[in-house]
Amino acid sequence: MLLIHCPYCEEERPEIEFRNAGEAHIARPSDIASISDADFEKFFFIRDNTKGLVYERWRHVHGCARFFNAVRDSVSDKFVMTYKAGEPKPKKLPGAGK
Amino acid sequence: MSVSYRVPGKGRLTQAKTARFTFDDQSYSGVAGDTLASALLANGVHLVGRSFKYHRPRGILSAGAEEPNALVGIHRDAARKTPNVRATVQELYDGLAAVSQNRWPSLSFDVGAVNDLASPFFSAGFYYKTFMWPKAAWKSLYEPKIREAAGLGVSPELPDPDHYAARFAHCEVLVLGGGAAGIAAALAAAETGVRVILADEQADFGGALRFESGSVIDGQNGWDWAQASVAKLAAMENVRVLSRTTAFGYYAQNFVGLVERVSDHMQAPHPDLPRERLWQVRAKRVVIATGAIERHMVFADNDRPGVMLASAARAYLNHYGVAVGRNVGVYTANDSAYAAAIDLKKAGVNIAAIVDLRDNPAGSIIDEARAMGIEIHGGRAVVRVGGKLRVTSMTVQPKNGGGERTIPVDAVLMSAGWTPSVHLFSQSRGKVAFNDEVKRFLPGTYAQDCVSAGACNGTDGLSACLDEAYAAGVKAAKDAGGKAAKSTKPKVEASESWSRGMLGAAPGAGPGTTVKAFVDFQNDVTAKDIRQAVHEGMRSIEHVKRFTTNGMATDQGKTSNMHGLAIAADELGKQIPEVGLTTFRAPYTPVTFGSIVGHARGKLFDPTRRTATHGWAERNGAVFEDVGQWKRAWYFPKSGEDIHASVNRECVTVRKTAGLFDASTLGKIEVVGPDAAKFMELLYTNPWEKLEVGRCRYGVMLREDGFIYDDGVVGRLAADRFHVTTTTGGAARVMNHMEDYLQTEFPHLNVWLTSISEQWAVIAVQGPKSRDIIAPLLEGIDISDAAMPHMSVREGKICGVPTRLFRMSFSGERGFEVNVPADYGEAVWEALWAEGQKHGACAYGTETMHVLRAEKGYIIVGQDTDGTVTPDDAALGWAVGKKKTDFVGIRGLKRPDLVAKGRKQLVGLKTKDPNVVLEEGAQIVADPKQPIPMKMLGHVTSSYWSENCGRSIALALVAGGQDRMGETLYVPMPDSTIEVEVTGLVFFDEKGEHLNG
Ligand SMILES: [Zn+2]
Repeated sequence: MLLIHCPYCEEERPEIEFRNAGEAHIARPSDIASISDADFEKFFFIRDNTKGLVYERWRHVHGCARFFNAVRDSVSDKFVMTYKAGEPKPKKLPGAGK
Repeated sequence: MSVSYRVPGKGRLTQAKTARFTFDDQSYSGVAGDTLASALLANGVHLVGRSFKYHRPRGILSAGAEEPNALVGIHRDAARKTPNVRATVQELYDGLAAVSQNRWPSLSFDVGAVNDLASPFFSAGFYYKTFMWPKAAWKSLYEPKIREAAGLGVSPELPDPDHYAARFAHCEVLVLGGGAAGIAAALAAAETGVRVILADEQADFGGALRFESGSVIDGQNGWDWAQASVAKLAAMENVRVLSRTTAFGYYAQNFVGLVERVSDHMQAPHPDLPRERLWQVRAKRVVIATGAIERHMVFADNDRPGVMLASAARAYLNHYGVAVGRNVGVYTANDSAYAAAIDLKKAGVNIAAIVDLRDNPAGSIIDEARAMGIEIHGGRAVVRVGGKLRVTSMTVQPKNGGGERTIPVDAVLMSAGWTPSVHLFSQSRGKVAFNDEVKRFLPGTYAQDCVSAGACNGTDGLSACLDEAYAAGVKAAKDAGGKAAKSTKPKVEASESWSRGMLGAAPGAGPGTTVKAFVDFQNDVTAKDIRQAVHEGMRSIEHVKRFTTNGMATDQGKTSNMHGLAIAADELGKQIPEVGLTTFRAPYTPVTFGSIVGHARGKLFDPTRRTATHGWAERNGAVFEDVGQWKRAWYFPKSGEDIHASVNRECVTVRKTAGLFDASTLGKIEVVGPDAAKFMELLYTNPWEKLEVGRCRYGVMLREDGFIYDDGVVGRLAADRFHVTTTTGGAARVMNHMEDYLQTEFPHLNVWLTSISEQWAVIAVQGPKSRDIIAPLLEGIDISDAAMPHMSVREGKICGVPTRLFRMSFSGERGFEVNVPADYGEAVWEALWAEGQKHGACAYGTETMHVLRAEKGYIIVGQDTDGTVTPDDAALGWAVGKKKTDFVGIRGLKRPDLVAKGRKQLVGLKTKDPNVVLEEGAQIVADPKQPIPMKMLGHVTSSYWSENCGRSIALALVAGGQDRMGETLYVPMPDSTIEVEVTGLVFFDEKGEHLNG
């Protein structure tokens, strides 16, 4: 069982308190009603499913109930870092080269 | 009759403390502290089981957890029959009853042993090759027969009466393995004051010190030092010492699963004691001190009872005081077996000969053996043994061929060297590296905050092991935040040497031979099988493993993996690392389902949710159904009524007078805040801004793809406050869906969401008399049609307690839903029931609720929809705000497929024969005479007998259904084809007059 750092609770909590909520940084278009079929497909259906570092949404569902973002290695399962919803993709990751 | 192999003055058990036990109904006597294996050996019993595939007689190979052969059933009582227990691990208690497995009719005469003669047909890969054709026979013939013939113990037939506990624990330093190295590491860490857990699978700590007679630490015999050290640790407040506890799995972030066997060793465990306890430990640092496991020699018939590991024979002698034979042969490729021979010789056992594969074995221990008069045959091999149910002789030959000599023996001790136990390290995702010099896989690259110390790290010699482990304990504690402590490192004053050995088949079992030289005893895999796998094209060890099943038994190849790998590498002409090592997976040793499940079984498997009126419903004869975790009243039969009679009566009563129904399980969410209406506009298809305070609206919620996600009636309590209801099953996911959008897509909206499902009990009062039933109990709410029309909500009091009163209907009749704080639910229900009685009202359950709503064509999301149904498909297009510029799903609804012709649409179905009730899920076709497979147009989603309509009714999703009104379609069933007519969705009161009736 993984330990996940909730950026709102500022604590590491066991994985069973959390739920994955899919890929992060896919913003719902503000003009969604008028986007093309191709753009809708890209927004709703197409996901990266990267081998390696993935940016994901998680929810501390049995805790503070907040959604937040996480960078995780899909090979090792290791959480590299977590950050609050709405914050940009981190430019520099802990442990990455200087 | 009983012959005793107990050696007076040897071992650590108190011989006076006897324990009686039976094996295959034969009575024996053992000593407290024995394992079943040592007690059997003390009685001269070596034959304890039959092998998996060939049913070959098998004995006791080891003295520990790695045992592949000596698997027995332990029968405590009718329900407590544990199969596949390793006799080397099971502790003896007075009255223990063990049975042998996989034999019929008896252990010494087993019909299944014919498999051994027929073994050419059972060679490697035979499962894959022999039974390829015909396919159908696999299921009906081959598999059941193979399962019967090959196999291990028999599962118990009764439910497990024991209970299993579970604990979470946290510590700075977790030490896995309580041999000399683990104890040293724990001592070092404990002195710094950090929390330490030390766990070992054995009943007593000490590991290899159990059999090593030559070690002295801090002036004490090694074993005594271990006991004293563990007693000291156990007395420390910051240390937890767990014996009989196996670390079976190493998971992410130093999360380790351990199983403690609490009561399997007790004669009459206290009923409050769990059988096992699962420990889930999170450690800042882990010290792995799992030691090493001795390997057997791979030669012909090396599986005969009486042939065993040299270290095991030493353990039986030095710890249990049991000689494994009276005239013992030794076959070795390293030094450590000499110590066994010397110990046995000193105990009065004749050592027939030591056969050493090495050409000129030399060293002090060899000199010592020779000085005791033991015959040593260097450069020779044991090419086979005699005897079937027990070894009777060993045949020795120079290793490069030549004259044979047969030596009578009653036991053969073997040692091919030691394999470091890297299982847990490997499970931690660490990468092992092959050390070519010592031919061992050792911990290489670490993936977690752990360190290996001692024999599992390839460290030879007690002194070096202790130094390494002590340093590892100090460092682990320091890294985990411990303070520096003054060092009291244990000092080794005498020790025994660990040495190398050999891998693979011994002479006489090598390429070109067809003898049965076992590599994997438990799965009956021989050296020849592995060579055959290579000849048949297997290249990677993962392929060889699956083809031969080498290492795939419950012992996970603890003794066999390295031999198998070496034989495959040799046959492939490659180096061992090129062939690769198979992956180690949890569990290290078999784990019971009970320990994993713990308390989560029976009533505690899943929470049961009961509504406020549950007790009343029970007292009034309700039959309940499970709806998710809820218990819901299904119907309320009067005496003599079956479900049909009860539901028919309830349905008619509601429409004629009234009925009371507990709707508390509906999900309820309060949406509050200045932007509440804006939020509702975005989450539901309907318009909300203009909904007046005090009015309700039926809302439809979509996913972004345009499909219906949930529905429910929403009441506006104030400009900034909505009381939203969801489906029973959707409560949690709708809340999640709303929170998701509020937190991540629409965080600019000032809205709060609160789940209020549990706070409000909901009593639906439906039927023409509903107003009369409620009115006398109300305060402060005018419920005349003029003041409170259909689809409105008021706040006030009922029976003196606060209520949110909805005028709404899921039955098509005039109806109310009385929301009261859940604690008052039952009292208010009782009051309403008393009023209802005056009007002849009934209580009704979910079945009647379903029929009534179907009569009106009201859908149930999840029954009449399946995640691919749009509002238009469900005839709910009217609920989509046409002027709205945004809501979740607005774009999805415009997708080409969602606006295409011919989509499945919800329609009504009437059977031509009104008495026939369709089956829900039944398929619908246009032409029943078309060839199979027929083209299906859709399926029946809801179907009931409607007493109010005097006929059956059904809802169905049918391709292009709304254009098929009046068409005849067909529902093919196994025994007949049912003719149906496509109709509208409303079967009763089409004009909706009953809503105000
Ligand atoms: Zn949190």
